[in-house]
Amino acid sequence: MISLEHVTRNFAVGDLEVSALRDINLTIAAGDYVSIMGPSGSGKSTLLNLIGLLDRPSSGIYRLDGRDVTSLDDEEQAKVRSEKIGFVFQSFHLVPRLTASMNIELPLILAGIPPDDRKARVEELLQDYGLADRTDHRPDQLSGGQRQRVAIARATSMHPAVLLADEPTGNLDQATGREVIGLLEKLTEQHVALILVTHDPMIGSRAKRQLHMVDGQIVSQT
Amino acid sequence: MRLIDVMQFSSHSLQGSRARTLLMMLAMSIGVAAVMVLTALGEGARLYVVNQFSSLGSNLVLVFPGRTETAGISPGMLLGQIPRELTMDDARALLKSRAIARVAPLTAGSSQISYGPLNREVVVLGSTADLLEVRHMDLALGQFLPATHTEEPLCVLGAKIRRELFGNASAIGNWVRLGDRRFRVIGVLASQGESMGFNTDELVIVPVSSAHLLFNNSGLLRILIEAKSRDAIEKAKLDAESILLARHNGERDVTVITQDAVLATFDRILRALTLAVGGIAAISLAVAGILIMNVMLIAVSQRVREIGLLKALGAPASKIRMLFFTEAALLSGAGSITGLLLGEAGIFLIARLYPSLPVTAPWWAVLAAVCTALATGILFSVWPARRAALLDPVAALSGR
Repeated sequence: MISLEHVTRNFAVGDLEVSALRDINLTIAAGDYVSIMGPSGSGKSTLLNLIGLLDRPSSGIYRLDGRDVTSLDDEEQAKVRSEKIGFVFQSFHLVPRLTASMNIELPLILAGIPPDDRKARVEELLQDYGLADRTDHRPDQLSGGQRQRVAIARATSMHPAVLLADEPTGNLDQATGREVIGLLEKLTEQHVALILVTHDPMIGSRAKRQLHMVDGQIVSQT
Repeated sequence: MRLIDVMQFSSHSLQGSRARTLLMMLAMSIGVAAVMVLTALGEGARLYVVNQFSSLGSNLVLVFPGRTETAGISPGMLLGQIPRELTMDDARALLKSRAIARVAPLTAGSSQISYGPLNREVVVLGSTADLLEVRHMDLALGQFLPATHTEEPLCVLGAKIRRELFGNASAIGNWVRLGDRRFRVIGVLASQGESMGFNTDELVIVPVSSAHLLFNNSGLLRILIEAKSRDAIEKAKLDAESILLARHNGERDVTVITQDAVLATFDRILRALTLAVGGIAAISLAVAGILIMNVMLIAVSQRVREIGLLKALGAPASKIRMLFFTEAALLSGAGSITGLLLGEAGIFLIARLYPSLPVTAPWWAVLAAVCTALATGILFSVWPARRAALLDPVAALSGR
């Protein structure tokens, strides 16, 4: 479903050209569970952003569902993100002034889904993620675990094919971290491809495929 | 994204920073209110003048002795001639024109009026019976000057003069002294207040012949002509000119103007003034627009992470731009509405303080104020919205 061919990504830092990704070749199928590990600065987040269409490769080809998405314009890329990709961030990235249900509703609003459908979908997600009694709470009234559950509910609201999680447990204690990973893993059973960037080998080792990155290259795959 | 959702999202983010939103609305509304109040004042002044003019009489044509249109020195003056006087015969001759309904000759001077121990200075007008109609005056008591020519010393008092001289006693039939002559009071004018600097309440009106004797002169100050209808005004003016030209041996030594021409000039001047004042007030709207831009720029940099998130959730640049546009539009819309209310309140207050001034904001000024507010609000949000839309999502998400 996802295929990267000879993908590189260079950044200009002052006069220097720094390679964040060098010649990445990678294929990921629907329902895959992939963890990306490596030291900071190894390019794992850059790779994730690239797959999430938040960034463009300097060279190489990225195909999503067989379609070359590297050359799409902003409008089309946004559409792909909306329909196929879900993000879960380390710092949750909830909109502070909106309630839990409104945060979950946000991608549906942006996609122009009619209000009745949105309501039903949000209701379902609140139930699924055990947030039914937190509907009208704002993020600052929620615990870390609850916030990340809202974020996951939001990421899955559009039924994405790929879920990208960047250090989803980084701001959580171990117990809630495990709980959040559990929720994410459950999604892979529904044919969602889960790509997880993490520092934590305990979490990374749970994935069926584990990529190790160093200096912008994938050094080992299992 | 549906329009209603855009509006809802934007109004949510406005509510998110309440103090800022209120301050911006205040700036906008003060601008709108200033435009409204100032144009209302200007328009009020214009209407005031127009009303004053029409209270002087309708379809009026005025004849002045002398020719003053070519400002400066006329050839006659260089030869030591004074312009020929206007006479009662001139006035009567004007009635030959079929466009002219009534003619009221006018002569004026000031004199001392006394009744018993009381006396004061008054303006004395010499005229004929038609003055009452031509000048739209009303009589409170008694009768006006007789329609036929009279040498009798009669006078009609202004309301205030009667009050001051006679108090509660009856004035009709009593004799008052004007200068060194005695006049019998035959009528009292209804109180009308001041119009165009001429206070009819403080006038004494006598027959022309009496006025001539009183002031020891012979000519007329001017002749008031009432045309038969509005359409006849031009014709009346031309007739008056040709009749007087013939009577004055072919010499153009009178000035004939229509009240409409004078009124139109005032109207133009005051309208221009209103526009100028309104324009100055509109500058405050532009300032409010710049304020909105400033605050929107701050909002963009404060909400960088949120913008990054929206992009990650599938909002293209155009949508982000629209969200910020809508925010500015809602803001200036709300500001305009409060401004309208504020302006109406201000106008109400002014109308209360100065009841004689007909202050109302003209519809075009209200429309212009609101449109300017909306336009500046949206215009000045172009740059902030663009900045938000062009943010790099990766950098934005990490708050950079």
